[in-house]
Amino acid sequence: MTKNALHIEGLSVAYQKKPVLCNVSFEVKEGQLVGVVGPNGAGKSTLIKAALGLIPSLTGQVQVYGRPYKQQRRLVGYVPQRESVDWDFPTNALDVVVMGRYGHLGWFRRPGAKEKRIAMECLAKVGMTDYADRQISQLSGGQQQRVFLARALAQDAQLYFMDEPFVGVDAATEKAIIQLLQELKRQGKTVIVVHHDLATVEEYFDSVLLLNVELRAYGLTRDVFTRTNLHQTYGGKLAFLDREKVSL
Amino acid sequence: MIDFWILLTGALVASCCGILGAFLVLRKMAMIGDAISHSVLPGIVIAFMISGSRDSFAMLLGASLLGLVTVFLIQMFKQSGVQADASIGVVFTALFAVGVVLVSLNARQVDLDLDCVLYGEIAYVHWNTWSMSGVDLGPKAVWLLGFTLLVILAVLGLFYKQFKLCAFDPALAAALGIPVALFHYLLMGLVSMATVSSFESVGAILVVGLLIIPASTAYLLTDRLGRMIALSAGIGVLSTVIGYGAAVVLDASIAGCMVCAAALLFVLAFLFSPKHGLVARAARRRRLSRQQLGA
Repeated sequence: MTKNALHIEGLSVAYQKKPVLCNVSFEVKEGQLVGVVGPNGAGKSTLIKAALGLIPSLTGQVQVYGRPYKQQRRLVGYVPQRESVDWDFPTNALDVVVMGRYGHLGWFRRPGAKEKRIAMECLAKVGMTDYADRQISQLSGGQQQRVFLARALAQDAQLYFMDEPFVGVDAATEKAIIQLLQELKRQGKTVIVVHHDLATVEEYFDSVLLLNVELRAYGLTRDVFTRTNLHQTYGGKLAFLDREKVSL
Repeated sequence: MIDFWILLTGALVASCCGILGAFLVLRKMAMIGDAISHSVLPGIVIAFMISGSRDSFAMLLGASLLGLVTVFLIQMFKQSGVQADASIGVVFTALFAVGVVLVSLNARQVDLDLDCVLYGEIAYVHWNTWSMSGVDLGPKAVWLLGFTLLVILAVLGLFYKQFKLCAFDPALAAALGIPVALFHYLLMGLVSMATVSSFESVGAILVVGLLIIPASTAYLLTDRLGRMIALSAGIGVLSTVIGYGAAVVLDASIAGCMVCAAALLFVLAFLFSPKHGLVARAARRRRLSRQQLGA
């Protein structure tokens, strides 16, 4: 029997008075690639941020491998949205990847040769070895995204949360990310990805979670990713769906 | 000897401010530095009223506390829906005004010159010396600033990686379990300390110049955080030396000349920085367009 990598129970979040996430509960088995899909403002990023404790939640519990998230931080890796940081920050690609090791260093230890070596290995996995010394503002959008992925790899986690990793990246990077997700899956890791491109959901993910403030449907992609469920999740915005010619 | 004390004071102010300023600039919090430098005034006055003396360490404590209150209030207003820049403006002017009222109410009893708080007077640092059992240990300001610099170096040295990650990507920092709020307030506490230690010599207004200008100059000159911090402090020290020289020649305000010198260095970097400067960028563009034409 496979273990539960993630168990979220009754998670609710509100900004000011408006509910953004309402009583969301689900479990993710180890070794799954899960796509989180829903319209804009459905609370997809909020789900990840609340699960990681980055924003306060009204109610809810998050368990990672059977224990509260706060005791299991080291098992969890995080790839924030690329636009969430200032890429003009004075640092280079290697240094950003080394930041992924900070959680393993504790309060006082400084990153040394070992952390640099690990970071270089992670950069190699995303095909960015040649850019290690490059100032991060001089990287393209796709390259910046790969640096973020390398940083998450450096966290050496069991469960990964990725917030829109495919946004604004070139085709080569998209392919590299997908290969990486497959590789993580082979190693028995679990990845939860906020995703917006409905056309690629079936190709990329084992399971899909349809979200629009409430959890609309969750399960294996072939069972859940149906026109009826999408209608229900996207509501009035479905005209856009038909235009996109989603093959269902 | 007077020159020596003035230059040493200036260099210490510039080092404290330059190091912290690098983080303020990177976190886009330059105006928070401005706010803190003003709103520590009531803290200084209240500490003065309670302790009844111009004992620097009591003032340092009072002002650091007020600095944290300032940051806390700004944060609170912002989170309850007030515009970010408006909440900065409301908090620091209001607290500064309270300070002004307190000074004017106590003007008769206390020798706390408002001009001195605002503009400082670095030329007088050597008068206010610290002596222990008859031995003259040098100006109090130098001791206070030296202590502040040591604290800054110790805290940043111990927690460099945390401060760096909180500045670059606070979300990841929080996900890794780094107490982001704690380091935020720690940084703000250090800024308050640096401001108060400096205000006697350069004044509350000009200290902002030394917090922000050298750091902004350094930002234009390097792509590494460590180098930026070192450069920021170095440029600050250079500004105080050039500024003092100019002040002696012109017979003008020393603190004023120091900040003018910092501004001049900033303009030079803005124009001629090898990577980000205006001239270098124009040259790069010209080279690119020539290549396009040649191709």
